[in-house]
Amino acid sequence: MFSLEEIKSRLEAAIPTARLEIVANPSPSGQHSLRVDRDSAVAVARLLRDHAELRFDYCSNVTGVDWLAAEWTEKVKIKQPVEGGEQEIEATRTARRPAHLEVVYHLYSMEHRQGPLILRLCTGDRTADSHLPSLTPIWRSCEFQEREVFDLFGVHFDGHPDLRRIFMWDEFKDFPMRKDYVEPDDYEYEPTPHDEVLAKARKHQLPEAPT
Amino acid sequence: MMDAGLKSELQKQGVFTTTLESLYNWGRRNSIWPLQFGLACCAIEMIATTMARYDLARFGAEVFRPSPRQADLMIVAGTVTKKMAPQVVRLYNQMAEPKYVIAMGACAISGGPFKQGYNVLKGIDRFIPVDVHIPGCPPRPEALIHAFMTLQQQIAAQELTGPRRPRHLQPELPSEFPVPRYGDHDLVPPKNPDRWTAPAISRSNS
Amino acid sequence: MKPEVETTVPRVELRPKDAAAGQWLEVAMGPHHPSTHGVFRMDVVLDGERIVQLKPVFGYLHRNHEKLGEGMSYLASIPYTDRLDYFCSLTNNWAYTLAVEKLAGLTVPERAEYIRIITAELTRLQNHACLAGFLLQDLGATGTPLMYAFREREKILDLFEALTGARMMCNYMRFGGCRCDLPEDWVPRAKKVVAETPRFIDEFENLLATNEILLARTQGVGALPAALAVNAGITGPMLRASGVNYDLRKVDRYGLYDRFAFKVPLGAHGDTYDRYFVRMLEMRESVKILEQALATIPDGPIIDPKTRLRGFRPKGGEAYGRIEAPKGELGFYLISDGGPNPYRYRIRPPSLINLTVLEDLCRGHTVADAVAILGSVDIVLGEVDR
Repeated sequence: MFSLEEIKSRLEAAIPTARLEIVANPSPSGQHSLRVDRDSAVAVARLLRDHAELRFDYCSNVTGVDWLAAEWTEKVKIKQPVEGGEQEIEATRTARRPAHLEVVYHLYSMEHRQGPLILRLCTGDRTADSHLPSLTPIWRSCEFQEREVFDLFGVHFDGHPDLRRIFMWDEFKDFPMRKDYVEPDDYEYEPTPHDEVLAKARKHQLPEAPT
Repeated sequence: MMDAGLKSELQKQGVFTTTLESLYNWGRRNSIWPLQFGLACCAIEMIATTMARYDLARFGAEVFRPSPRQADLMIVAGTVTKKMAPQVVRLYNQMAEPKYVIAMGACAISGGPFKQGYNVLKGIDRFIPVDVHIPGCPPRPEALIHAFMTLQQQIAAQELTGPRRPRHLQPELPSEFPVPRYGDHDLVPPKNPDRWTAPAISRSNS
Repeated sequence: MKPEVETTVPRVELRPKDAAAGQWLEVAMGPHHPSTHGVFRMDVVLDGERIVQLKPVFGYLHRNHEKLGEGMSYLASIPYTDRLDYFCSLTNNWAYTLAVEKLAGLTVPERAEYIRIITAELTRLQNHACLAGFLLQDLGATGTPLMYAFREREKILDLFEALTGARMMCNYMRFGGCRCDLPEDWVPRAKKVVAETPRFIDEFENLLATNEILLARTQGVGALPAALAVNAGITGPMLRASGVNYDLRKVDRYGLYDRFAFKVPLGAHGDTYDRYFVRMLEMRESVKILEQALATIPDGPIIDPKTRLRGFRPKGGEAYGRIEAPKGELGFYLISDGGPNPYRYRIRPPSLINLTVLEDLCRGHTVADAVAILGSVDIVLGEVDR
């Protein structure tokens, strides 16, 4: 069982152009992941599968995540030189996340019984630049799952052999798993709505049953 | 109509009398053939109902027909999604009259727990008429049997003549309903306006 | 296992619509078809009775589990997991609670782990029994095997009902443990049911294992090579029928499975018959686990008292938890942003991914064989389409 840092340094040694980044996971699960740039994703995946010591031959799970643009402030500790040494002071910093779509791959090795190794690929934005390389040529198990991500999130996989909608009908235009998707208003909400559900219910009532 | 006392007196003598109407309804209500058709979780309870323990054959309804042309009853057993709704309506249209529909489970009635889903039809009665609704998620086999008995009672009460005769004896009433098509964002139309209108809601706080 | 795997998805180019294409027949099997398991559609192209191309079409039961799960609290998602693979609600509960436990770092008391193993193995028993019944129904043995299987299933459902209050949708497990303790006479009742099961398996096998029609229709039909199975992410009994020893109960050792002695049955040919028979053998192993677990179940609490079910807000982060469900690897991937709802709620469905190779298995066989192959894959549409 190799650590994520070891895997990363092996990959960097074999594929010098790859830009890899470890994404830390603060939860107790400790499942950290590896962000891979789009251009070297296929080469990285092939190496992970075929490398005799790694042999991640089984791609278990493929899924998309929709990240809206966000801004938040966080406290960071900055070392500042003061008289007679350094002093740590707290400063607030504004962090920014551009809107993008992310695809997450969970890899396991059946041969060496290790895993999960989590790969993350990111698109440039959520509209025009939503293309990613398909990993279906490496792991056949991605075939339907990448179609699902295309159907529900709108990520276009270049190199996928059969990229069509999988769950929704072909004429459907929206990407329903995106966070800003608005579903058709075709049902009555709760019997006793409140707060934002009440606003929704009022809007729902207007065209047919004005009170 | 024959006097009930005379009828019972004649029966003691071995003479059975009945009306054509009740004979006709008796025959039909004891040989309802359902369409072999399951959508989701409720279909498993429907299968369990036909198996040895609950034994739907006692009600003359064990002959599940795979073809809608041979079926009298459609049990909508499970969630109807928007992708599946046109096919369900088409199957209903292909069934010969007289035909009946049991909406089995919360999903078929109203969308049930999946009501907030973007691909879930909020009740099959938006497109086709339903005779018996069974609540439950999923309803127990006993509930399905109860629905069967309710349907049998409904059939037994049908009058063959007069203004209250059932739909299949009134040629001017429709026996087929428009099939929705897939649209860009939703089904087109999302409901059949002749069949179903949204209930008017009045709220004290609105 | 060879490292070189044929990874490009083989595609058949159909001949143009004019000229000689007249002999090829396109048939849509489903979504309403007596031998598709639920609302599943296969668009097949036939040359006579042989299958040239087969395209599965999904989505007729796409109930938006993932979208709904992102709009409700962690606790409220548990009843929805029941309705994924509606034969096996308890293993679905377990996979989800395992993922939440990983996300929040919760522990589970020993007694609860035992109850989980007992209920999961009972689920496996009734799932495999029903699979065998449906497969034989598809092969033409109308009625009888399915009735035998459902007779057995009803006994197990009675146990579930006594424990959880529901036959199918048990909604029983919670993160950190289980919802309620076993009723007083439950363990002896379960022991009785488990003791009767081997007789049912024997009866079933005597009826069928050497039946000539069964052998002719299943042996050598739809063989799945091991390398392709691994590459296509096939899991569960279908993978093991191809001879790959990968059972998460042994690999991940989740729960307390390492306390029990049991074997992992493996097939040799990966054909329909092996897929059927591996499941029959797995039922015998499940009986072994159940006997050990019911004999040694300890007393104690059934839920970690520190668990907060309502108002549960795990810290930001993500977790992937997976278990060996009767149909294969069932996984849940959760991303938390610190709020009461998961930011991302993903279900890894074994039924869907096991269908990846359906076209490869069916190509060259007859339509009737495709029905048998689909039956041996063991899918439930609630999980395929979610």
